Amino acid sequence: MHYVIAGAGPAAVAAAEHIRELDTDSKVTMIGAQAQPPYSRMAIPYFLTGKVEQKGTYLRRSDNHYAEKGIDYLHDEVVSVQPEDHSLSLASGEKIQYDKLLLATGAEPIIPPVPGMDDPRVQQCWHLEDAERIIDLAKPGARAVQVGAGFIGCIILESWVLREVDLTVVEMGPRMVPRMLGEKAGGLLQTWCESKGVSVHTNTQVKAIESTPEELHVVLESGETCPADVVIVSTGVKPRLGYLQGCEIKIDQGIVIDEHMRTTAPDIYAAGDCAQGLDFSTGETAVHAVQPTATEHGRVAAANMVSNNDLPYKGSLNMNILDTLGLVTCSFGAWEGVDGGDSAEMFNQDNFQYINLQFKEDILVGANSVGYHKHLGMLRGLIETKIPLGPWKDRLIANPVQIADAYLGANEASLKSS
Amino acid sequence: MHKALVMEADACTGCHQCEMMCSYGKVGAFNPSKSVIDITIFDGGAVNVPSTCTQCEGAWCMVVCPVEAITVNSSTGAKEVSAEVCVGCKVCTIACPFGAINYDVDSGVVTKCDLCGGEPMCVEACPTTALSFVAEDSTGYDKMRRNAILAAGIEEGIA
Ligand SMILES: Cc1cc2nc3c(=O)[nH]c(=O)nc-3n(C[C@H](O)[C@H](O)[C@H](O)COP(=O)(O)OP(=O)(O)OC[C@H]3O[C@@H](n4cnc5c(N)ncnc54)[C@H](O)[C@@H]3O)c2cc1C
Ligand code: SF4
Repeated sequence: MHYVIAGAGPAAVAAAEHIRELDTDSKVTMIGAQAQPPYSRMAIPYFLTGKVEQKGTYLRRSDNHYAEKGIDYLHDEVVSVQPEDHSLSLASGEKIQYDKLLLATGAEPIIPPVPGMDDPRVQQCWHLEDAERIIDLAKPGARAVQVGAGFIGCIILESWVLREVDLTVVEMGPRMVPRMLGEKAGGLLQTWCESKGVSVHTNTQVKAIESTPEELHVVLESGETCPADVVIVSTGVKPRLGYLQGCEIKIDQGIVIDEHMRTTAPDIYAAGDCAQGLDFSTGETAVHAVQPTATEHGRVAAANMVSNNDLPYKGSLNMNILDTLGLVTCSFGAWEGVDGGDSAEMFNQDNFQYINLQFKEDILVGANSVGYHKHLGMLRGLIETKIPLGPWKDRLIANPVQIADAYLGANEASLKSS
Repeated sequence: MHKALVMEADACTGCHQCEMMCSYGKVGAFNPSKSVIDITIFDGGAVNVPSTCTQCEGAWCMVVCPVEAITVNSSTGAKEVSAEVCVGCKVCTIACPFGAINYDVDSGVVTKCDLCGGEPMCVEACPTTALSFVAEDSTGYDKMRRNAILAAGIEEGIA
């Protein structure tokens, strides 16, 4: 059996290792279109601030890790897939036969169609190479404009401030991280950033970036112009699927997969940022371009590839945690609520604290918090176990801070009754 | 066979000795806020529930970590965080369905129970039978572990 994995990010590595754990004999080949060993995009912010060297972003620390596990790692790019004869073609000209194939090619940044994006001082923050260029451009005292304040934008924002650049953020949505935080929580985050010296513009788009040899001018729809030495574009991501053009495989927002991570093409599976898989909260499919989904998808895909589809997946819970200049925000599942559901809210503007809990009957289905960093995983536990909260629901509505109590109380009750 | 830390809420009197010793072992000071075992007190002291990492099979924290900062200690089976490697991204703190791995603002990294290398100080400190360190097949331990596995929906054996 030859297992081939297209991609060398978190989803690919989780899958390759798990295939190897479950099947010690078969050949496993992982193909990455990058010069480096497999690394984590989400560790790039810490490379930018100097917390770690480039090597500190690698998914595995030992130089021989993949060889020792019996995983062949090829630095090459998949340019096409031919499901009819179970083969794929590489940029080097090589053609590889597979028995089972996993597509884990991740995502790529969306570049807004705005004039001036091709100036070399306009950067995305996606590959390690981007980070190296940004380190050169974002010297202390430099003026930086970040376009986009989505979740990745709010994570990398801290890197610029720590690099002592003078930062302006432009977000077209009504608030920061609009897809992860509601009005109050997003508002707290904005006030927090402004209190740390970041200038934040919401509800406005960038119309053009004009270049002069000395500086860039970021022209906003609102009419304002921000001068800049460097512009960082963080306006969302989309699955990286160019190599699937002309291939018989269903693509919607991403590669559509079923509960066994199977695509519509025989013996081809998909995982991570490129895949549109089951969403735990809605029962529909969605692209959840976050690390927990990537690693979980990778492992579940591996188990299904090896076992002939024995492991149905419960779906991924969309979740996120951001630390923006010391303010920790997080979101889980259906944080915007569900039809006929109830909610609990706590808002302390002066202390930058906020909690939002969403229930369906007496089950937690979604949550946000701002300004807390203890026991946050319990929110995932409550949501994914669908444990009945019983009396704890009303107690949480009265005092949403008691999450740990509710978690332990409800778990104790269910252990006792089992 | 590895040993497991088993917590019995019924026997816990809420004396907080375990939190004291744990923090002493971890940071050299009696400071329950630095403890990686927590006692939660309900109903004015009628119910006290100890909680910490169960070193679960699924190891969601370890699987999700982007930089391999969490590894298994082969002699104890504990999942241990390397403070040198951890970048403080916190993704493990939302991935763990127990909420048993937490960010520590002062050190900039996450902390969790590491079974003190095989001699858990909390167990020594506990004056009752609420905390014990026993062979892994005990019932209480099994129940807790099953819960973790359910949480992520991945069957044992595959996880
Ligand atoms: C700056 C930044 C910060 C982030 N912070 C967080 C965070 O805090 N929390 C969080 O949950 N998520 C975060 N993310 C998102 C997270 O990094 C992704 O969800 C995760 O990397 C997805 O993993 P993946 O394996 O699906 O894809 P990727 O990590 O994108 O990996 C894709 C792999 O496929 C390879 N590849 C692509 N096309 C081909 C091809 N044609 N042939 C061969 N190989 C190919 C690439 O070289 C790469 O190795 C962040 C992302 C960025 C950029
Ligand atoms: S906080 Fe540290 S241990 Fe946790 S996932 Fe991030 S790097 Fe790994």
